[in-house]
Amino acid sequence: MESSDLQRRYIDFTSTLFREGFLDSQYTQLQQLQDESNPEFVTEVVTLFFQDSEKLQDDLTRTLDQEVVDFKKVAAHVHQLKGSSASIGAQRVKNVCMAFRICCEEMNREGCLGCLQQARQEYFLVKSKLETVFRLEQQIVAGGGSIPTMW
Amino acid sequence: MGADPEAQFHVLAVDDSLIDRKLIERLLRTSSYQVTTVDSGSKALQVLGLMEGQDISSPASTDKNQIEVNLVITDYCMPGMTGYDLLKKIKGSSNLKDIPVVIMSSENVPSRINRCLEGGAEEFFLKPIQVSDMIRLRLFMLKGRLKEQQQSQQQENNITTGGSSSNSNNINKRKAMDEGLSPEKRRPRFSGNGLALVSYEEI
Repeated sequence: MESSDLQRRYIDFTSTLFREGFLDSQYTQLQQLQDESNPEFVTEVVTLFFQDSEKLQDDLTRTLDQEVVDFKKVAAHVHQLKGSSASIGAQRVKNVCMAFRICCEEMNREGCLGCLQQARQEYFLVKSKLETVFRLEQQIVAGGGSIPTMW
Repeated sequence: MGADPEAQFHVLAVDDSLIDRKLIERLLRTSSYQVTTVDSGSKALQVLGLMEGQDISSPASTDKNQIEVNLVITDYCMPGMTGYDLLKKIKGSSNLKDIPVVIMSSENVPSRINRCLEGGAEEFFLKPIQVSDMIRLRLFMLKGRLKEQQQSQQQENNITTGGSSSNSNNINKRKAMDEGLSPEKRRPRFSGNGLALVSYEEI
């Protein structure tokens, strides 16, 4: 049956995401906050995260590109990115932000640029994985099945 | 201003991050609180300062014209007015000082936590906020409501008995209540008697 195939694929895929540290327990919290009265809660919050993060990455690129880098500003953007990634459970992005913050404190431009690149990579990775999760969920529901709960 | 003991608790949540506002709103609604969210300390003060007849979403009660807020939960790091600044403004206002204030932060900085608790915050939560944190809010709001009831009762007593108040009794009752509500040891603990931080447990 296609539905149970999809469900199995879903379980395998999401377990791997947690195991490989892309997502942490905060993501599970989000899932637990979703219910019939708020059926789109997770996708709404995650979409906000996508929008917020992309804007922050643009801001960071611009700020680090200046002749004289305002590291306080860089740190403020990093703080925001760290906060929002932590809020949705995007653990790897959050971890890069922690290293990024140290480079800001050290006023290390090269270090910051390296962290930005890493942050970008981790962001696009988790983004594509979350999009796969949502796609699988949609397919399961379209097939008349229910999304397995992972807790 | 009599408190309706049956009314839902109304929480004012302050955070400059849209994602965190969405999260805290969901968490609060899941706990059956009424919620108003704002993105800055100055907007929070506007909401708190609102008097009769103003129109705003999520009013605490349709019976009264005044917006009643039972608790303020605010982020610490905000541009302009920080959560600490907001706390001081609330505690410094004769109208607002009895409203319990809780501070949230993504940073675990003991000196910051101390400062907030000494400034009158009920508690300091580390982000991301959990569902279990919501339960603690209820304690603070229940305390606040009880205090309000005791105060209006006291006013009645003063009127009828001509001023001899049972002040000391009430204070003892409150103290006993405070001790009875000792928080679990996974957050910074604040002694209700003094201004010193009694203990700080790492999570």
